[in-house]
Amino acid sequence: MKYAFSFLAVIALILIAGLGSQIPGMQYLFGVVLPYLAIMLFVGGFVYRVMDWAKSPVPFSIPTTCGQGSSLDFIKQDKLECPTTTTEVAGRMFLEIFFFRSLFRNTKSEIHDGPKVTYESSKWLWLFALIFHYSFLVIVLRHMRFFLEPVPFVLSILEGVDSMLQIGQPAMYLTDVFILVGLLFLYGRRLITRHVKYISLNNDYFPLVLIFSIAVTGILMRYFLRTDIDIINIKNLAIGLVTFSPVIGAKIGAIFYIHLFLVCTLLAYFPFSKLMHMGGVFMSPTRNMANNSRSKRHINPWNDPEIKPHSYAGYEDEFREFMVDAGIPVEKELAAAEDKA
Amino acid sequence: MAVAKLEQLAKSVVQGPTMATGAVPVKDWMDVSAIFKPGNYAYQAKQEKVEYLNSQKGLHFPNAREWSPEDDDWKLPENWKEIILKGLKERLDKFRSLKIFMDCCVRCGACADKCHFFLGTGDPKNMPVLRAELLRSIYRNDFTLGGKLLGKMAGAREMTVGVLKEWFMYSYQCTECRRCSVFCPYGIDTAEVTMMLRELLHLVGVGINWILEPVSNSNRTGNHMGLQPHTFKDNVDFLADDIENLTGIKTNHSFNRKGAEVLFITPSADVFAEPGLYTAMGYLMLFEHIGLDYTWSTYASEGGNFGLFTNNETMKKLNGKMYAEAKRLGVKYIIGGECGHMWRVVHQYMDTMNGPADFLEVPKSPMTGTTFHNAASTKMVHISEFTADLIKHGKLNLDKSRNAHVKATFHDSCNPARAMGLLDEPRYILDHVVDGWVEMPENTIREQTFCCGSGTGLNTDEIMELRMRSGLPRANAVKHVIDKHAVNMLSCVCAIDRATLTSLMNYWNPGCNVCGVSELVGNALIMEGENRQELTEGLRTLV
Repeated sequence: MKYAFSFLAVIALILIAGLGSQIPGMQYLFGVVLPYLAIMLFVGGFVYRVMDWAKSPVPFSIPTTCGQGSSLDFIKQDKLECPTTTTEVAGRMFLEIFFFRSLFRNTKSEIHDGPKVTYESSKWLWLFALIFHYSFLVIVLRHMRFFLEPVPFVLSILEGVDSMLQIGQPAMYLTDVFILVGLLFLYGRRLITRHVKYISLNNDYFPLVLIFSIAVTGILMRYFLRTDIDIINIKNLAIGLVTFSPVIGAKIGAIFYIHLFLVCTLLAYFPFSKLMHMGGVFMSPTRNMANNSRSKRHINPWNDPEIKPHSYAGYEDEFREFMVDAGIPVEKELAAAEDKA
Repeated sequence: MAVAKLEQLAKSVVQGPTMATGAVPVKDWMDVSAIFKPGNYAYQAKQEKVEYLNSQKGLHFPNAREWSPEDDDWKLPENWKEIILKGLKERLDKFRSLKIFMDCCVRCGACADKCHFFLGTGDPKNMPVLRAELLRSIYRNDFTLGGKLLGKMAGAREMTVGVLKEWFMYSYQCTECRRCSVFCPYGIDTAEVTMMLRELLHLVGVGINWILEPVSNSNRTGNHMGLQPHTFKDNVDFLADDIENLTGIKTNHSFNRKGAEVLFITPSADVFAEPGLYTAMGYLMLFEHIGLDYTWSTYASEGGNFGLFTNNETMKKLNGKMYAEAKRLGVKYIIGGECGHMWRVVHQYMDTMNGPADFLEVPKSPMTGTTFHNAASTKMVHISEFTADLIKHGKLNLDKSRNAHVKATFHDSCNPARAMGLLDEPRYILDHVVDGWVEMPENTIREQTFCCGSGTGLNTDEIMELRMRSGLPRANAVKHVIDKHAVNMLSCVCAIDRATLTSLMNYWNPGCNVCGVSELVGNALIMEGENRQELTEGLRTLV
């Protein structure tokens, strides 16, 4: 049911944009007002969420160590899995953010007769997650050409690489294919892998369907439904948006407005959803802290100095007789303690 | 509660209709409620223990009462829901980890089959992701826009007594071992979630006796076992007598001695029961061998800290004794014995909570001159670090053949492995004290090590079947090296392990013993002036 719901939601969004944008006068809403609103929500929301995280302190130093720590000079430290310095932490974070290091460790466990528990390396999730995220990144970067005039050289190179296979006219982008493949895998495993299906929420299916629809409408526009798509017109609108002087020129096809509206939805939805893992991954204390808590004191701003151990004096008072009997040194001898009492 | 026979359980973990074995539950997890019956929960804390703890300055353990998890009515305070939600809000403001872990999970499921409790029970709520969702669903409902607007559609649900009971069940089927956090792409650490759940439960008087009784003991007598000073001393003296019988060496140890160079603290279990006793004998012999100027303390006679399994205030209060005693005795630094969760506290919490220990000196081995820079601020050295350094500098006279009866493997304890990075020091020691020890399969050691299944105060007998289930992945990896290499000794650096792995081995792999690394060191030491008997079982030999 949950996976079906995400389709319904996205179909509704498509209908709203497809029909709404064809009503005379509404193009301004879909082409200008909503994009501004979405960007504001995205930036404002993202900043708000990050600030909100930052407001809570990190009271304890809790890195998850995934390798040998810094210790004796003849014991080799694993600097990237168990970093001690800021540079080493940066290295660990780099691997995590750009190569999904932790996911790369993934294994699949099975229990066989015996019983015998086995662990097999399982890199599919890592691979397709990487394909999806990098395709998405390249696609976002490629879209910058709509907002920049002249188009920077690096973007032209990126496009050249992305379309290097020179299939079709206009040349097919590899990332267009990859992102769909990645999304299909990520969606498919939510339906097929039993434990992932069991834990999946609407919040998990919806963004996948949404991004899939964004990709499909983009592909349709570029390769198949080109009649109504005046690229100059769209670029003018895009540049108008970033220079705060937006104009809706000649008629643009509904497919463009659908694409744009879905993107707006994604932007607006982003800060209020799990998609914030994009920001969170940078701030996760188990990954971004150095394993140096014994060599450098970590400060907890709310540490309560009033919490003191049950005092030695109290302990000795309770057990003094036994201690003296057993020949354990005491602070106050029996007689002295009794005098005081 | 009788524990299932080995044959039954061996079948059940493979064929039982669980999520780990291929079955898919018919009901949505939110519609499955936690049912308590004998054997599936650890006993509730006794009223007098809760009362005692609540009376201690700085601690908060309200709602002491007679109750049972099996009762419908848990006798919660009238405003329990308000207390819980307020407690959650407070913790979101105090712990960034909690906020981020509540917000960032994408439910990719990578953590699911990494949990020993999930592998052993197949209960979907033992998948780390779902364990966290138990709390996350409440968080969404009351603290996020999406949850407030969309409710159940956004994965949110109301806080109810049923949810509270579920929290109790599953926060006590997690040993905070952090294995899932190794695999999580965002480093989400279920230990943090479980800690928060347990803290919240204590706010309404829901806790287990196997944790709160040791905590009370530790507060009052200095150790979990409740050993009073004279008894603690007696126990250590007995071990010294045993050493004398076995080797002819009289150890020169002391208690609460001012002016010693080093204060030595180890889990009290090491002086209380087998096989930890042999590890403690190893310490005594090692320190005697090198002539270390050190003292034991009866006041700070506990390395472990079950406070870690209750709330951060209690952890801090119990831990405070280490520095307080080091200061009182005027030692230069502290050496800590082999213990897993103790080292989580010492390595990641102690200095923050009870430091700075500016009355101590940066630890420097008096025998080798090595300065332990990695402990420059905390001033506490792990016995394995200390021993490895001694070996490296040739300060120990070792004879591996004295461990000829041992074919060892090594179990990385969760906390030294994943919250400290202490992996190769014990291995270095093993290389020098025992011949031909072998590693278990790579997905079950080092940072991927599997928990004994009974950590975080779950080493209680009434949940034995659960423990044997959750210990299955560890036991199974040991079995692999038993079959392949005829291993007969599972060595480790953790006191809880020494107790719990012994039960686990007796159940799954009878014939395989458990020992501390320091026991093997003790076995191998050639002591000056020794008059050693024929010790075919090392320090375990009955003479």
